[in-house]
Amino acid sequence: MIPFGKYFRTKWCAVLILLPLSIFCYLLGYIPTVRSGNVAYEFYQWVPSLNINLDLRIDGLSLLFALLISGIGSLIFLYASAYLKGHQYLDRFYAYLCLFMASMLGIVLSNNILLLFIFWELTSISSFFLIGFNNDNPDSRKSALTALSVTGMGGFFLLTGMILIGNIAGTYSISELMNAADVIKNHELYPLVLLLVFIGAFTKSAQFPFHFWLPGAMKAPTPVSAYLHSATMVKAGIFLLARFSPILGNTTAWSYTLMIVGGLTMLYAAIHALFRTDLKSILAYSTISALGVLTFLIGLGTEAALVAAVTFIVVHALYKATLFMTTGIIDHETGTRELTQLGGLRKVLLPVFIAGLLAALSSAGMPLLFGFISKDLIYEATLHADQQLAIYLTAAAFVTNLCLVAAGFMAGIKPFTGSLPQAYEKVHLPYKAMWIPPLVLAFAGLYFGFFPNSAGEQLIAPAVNAMSIAPAAVHLKIWHGFNTVLILSLVTLVTGTAIYYVNKADSRKLAWVQSFQSASPQAIIERLSSGFVKFSDWYTDTMHNGFLRSYLLKIILFAELLLAYELFIGGPIYIDYSKLSAISVYEAINVLILIAAVVLTVTTSSRLTAVVGTSVIGYAICLMFVYYSAPDLAMTQFTIDTLTVVLFVFVLFNLPPFINQANNTIVIRDTVVALGFGIILSVIAIKVLQVPTDISISKFYGDFAYTLAKGKNVVNVILVDFRGFDTMFEIVVLSIAALGVYSLIKLRLTSSEKE
Amino acid sequence: MELLLVLLIGVLYSAGVYLILRRSMVRLLLGIMLLGNATNLLIFLFGNITKGKPPIIKADLKVFEEIYADPVPQALILTAIVISFGLTSFAIVLLKRVYALINSDDLDDLNTPEEEDL
Amino acid sequence: MRSAILQTASRYLLPILLLFSVFLLLRGHYYPGGGFVGGLVAAIAFVLHSFAHGTTNTMKIIGYKPMALIPVGLGIASLAMFLPVLIGYPVMTGLWFEEPIPVIGMMGSALFFDLGVYLVVIGVVLTILFTISLHTH
Repeated sequence: MIPFGKYFRTKWCAVLILLPLSIFCYLLGYIPTVRSGNVAYEFYQWVPSLNINLDLRIDGLSLLFALLISGIGSLIFLYASAYLKGHQYLDRFYAYLCLFMASMLGIVLSNNILLLFIFWELTSISSFFLIGFNNDNPDSRKSALTALSVTGMGGFFLLTGMILIGNIAGTYSISELMNAADVIKNHELYPLVLLLVFIGAFTKSAQFPFHFWLPGAMKAPTPVSAYLHSATMVKAGIFLLARFSPILGNTTAWSYTLMIVGGLTMLYAAIHALFRTDLKSILAYSTISALGVLTFLIGLGTEAALVAAVTFIVVHALYKATLFMTTGIIDHETGTRELTQLGGLRKVLLPVFIAGLLAALSSAGMPLLFGFISKDLIYEATLHADQQLAIYLTAAAFVTNLCLVAAGFMAGIKPFTGSLPQAYEKVHLPYKAMWIPPLVLAFAGLYFGFFPNSAGEQLIAPAVNAMSIAPAAVHLKIWHGFNTVLILSLVTLVTGTAIYYVNKADSRKLAWVQSFQSASPQAIIERLSSGFVKFSDWYTDTMHNGFLRSYLLKIILFAELLLAYELFIGGPIYIDYSKLSAISVYEAINVLILIAAVVLTVTTSSRLTAVVGTSVIGYAICLMFVYYSAPDLAMTQFTIDTLTVVLFVFVLFNLPPFINQANNTIVIRDTVVALGFGIILSVIAIKVLQVPTDISISKFYGDFAYTLAKGKNVVNVILVDFRGFDTMFEIVVLSIAALGVYSLIKLRLTSSEKE
Repeated sequence: MELLLVLLIGVLYSAGVYLILRRSMVRLLLGIMLLGNATNLLIFLFGNITKGKPPIIKADLKVFEEIYADPVPQALILTAIVISFGLTSFAIVLLKRVYALINSDDLDDLNTPEEEDL
Repeated sequence: MRSAILQTASRYLLPILLLFSVFLLLRGHYYPGGGFVGGLVAAIAFVLHSFAHGTTNTMKIIGYKPMALIPVGLGIASLAMFLPVLIGYPVMTGLWFEEPIPVIGMMGSALFFDLGVYLVVIGVVLTILFTISLHTH
């Protein structure tokens, strides 16, 4: 696609819409299969050794999500083609968007939890690019980074959780895990698994206290917000919970955690939404609140709650995408999203107003719109929960809904009503590609409101069935009869509208809310991370200070501790004198010379003396080799030593004298460390003597040196025959060293010539 | 006699470690050479120490008849000695070049230009 | 460093040491010696000569840059390694002439391999030392 990028930058980008559209149509074809209760599978080998294969399944739940992703995706592709028309990096944008859509589809369709995880991470990464799309804006970069670090951290926990699940159940396949649900639930690690999976889902779905990345992510271009925060990215967490609810769900820990976190999130965010004046900010908080509702419903876990959750997913995707897109149009045409400055836009942007109105009413739960049905179902679910809990749950849902009604009106109706400011009189309708997608979605909400069963039986029932163990019958009705649920719905609608009229958008209130910012989870986590940065700085300064000897000192000390510990636990150390050979006078003298040379080398302040000392050490070792039946070694050591001295002599004249800047403390410290190392190595050497040598290899070489290789000098036979490959590489290494020396010197010449 | 070798290994390692902890580049290099020698001796000790029995089959025989020095450590050390010459020569030239550039033998001086960049 | 004694001595020492190094190379399979030691001794012979007569003069005797020996040596060694493949044996199979050759004794691919090592070692050592000595003074 990259070579054709420049074509997609122009109006050819419309062609790209065919991609999600064709996926959408293809997936529509699966509805009959899935509806009859079957699960479709696709399988490709990928990494068979790790049991990770491209293993796809389409059941009710995945189909519902996949249809939302591709359906809304098509509209977003269309919308973005107009919204970002002529943008310099439109091709890049579409590449990210395609990547994102593909990974979302991957999440919902995979039948292997590791595969799911890979796609999960891909959405984090691609959303990072999408949120930070305006990469010249520092705010935008920061929010992208926040989103990535929060979701990426969640992904890390999720991976751990998934590996645990896989270890407990012995499989990574979702189909097989569903059969192993009891094994996992009764395992002692179940609470840990739950915690890890929850952290993954909560970070992705912006649940309290990880919600803060979502409002920040509003820095993204509006099509991205519309796509990521209505139907896809944030729903991935919800999808994960829904996917795992037949595997992990229906326990006290599961239900209560989700209900508490979901309930807290939905209340917190819904109330927050009322204080915002930025349209996208309002939408962001109401989205978080809606996600809270979904988490809450999945936690409730009754059949009614699951039906309500699935319905609400669809409803929310429809109206929230619409509202985001209308907001985008307003922003695009007027240049502002400040609620306090907007008004009366219905006169100039009529179709947009219709879309916004329908979406806001749907979100408010106006009868005859799809939202009404979902609101009914939510109340039904909370009312039919546990006796003692029902009242609290209903109350929480009621308050949340109140605020959501008001927030929806603020976003969908407020900018269009009232008097039109003069500045915006010349505002005109944008391209059709921009206002048709929200209108389509809004009317879809209306259609489903009139004929709820068209969605209910085709999509929602199979999805609910995929989540619960017992098959559920779903009949969505417009009219439930005159009962508590209906009264609650109507009260919500009326009170919410009242709140909308009372609560005027005001920047002072916003400032008041902002003053609590320092205690918010975002601030706490930011402080934690800046603390971590400081810690890293400190660590780098002490451990990676750029001084070679400081590194060496730490490495050697650590090695000493490790070796000493190993020796300490390794059993007794003794010397078997009977095995040792006698000491001859020559040897003793040789060793004495050697030690004298070592002392000289270490203590001298003259370079020449040090070099001479080193060469004496070399020649003495050469003599040792002579004593101990190693003539080849002795000859090699002798010649090499000679050549090294020559080398030093050639270079030495150019070298500076030794510096002696170490003070006494350092000298003593280094001496102690060095002596410690020497003693430990000596002890190791004694231990080596203790263990009988395994001579089987030597015996092999000795036995076959002549019979196979026709040589009698076994060392030479090993070098040129048995281990010839090693020797070959050795001479290659030598050649490289020679080339290195040669080029280093030539390099010096050329650079000095330049000077 | 093995005990003398053990002592020697300890002395060489100590001296090598002490030298590589110094600030002078020449000493660092000498330290590395001493460490190399010490390691060679350690490997040599791994095999059976034998006097006067080089691993060479007598002219009139086809296999060894009596005990002989272990040829495997010898082959390893021979390789190590030759390679260490490559290493030493490269290091010496590097050292020479560094000295030509910064006119100092002090390892700490190598850090300074970098810190100035920051 | 140029003493008359050293100059005279090295003139005779060079061929003797070279001969000795070839001797070490050839007998390496049966007695102490071999490509590494042989090569090192040969290199020392040239270094000694360069001490006495100056590096430039020694370079003249060799005729080529010592670096040229490295690819030649590597080539011979790899040839000895891969020659058996051409005949259908695995890499590094030892190949031997049926009859012993006078003076050298049995001759086979291992000797060629050792010859390669010998040349590489000479090339490497002389390249390193001569480059340094030529550019130091």
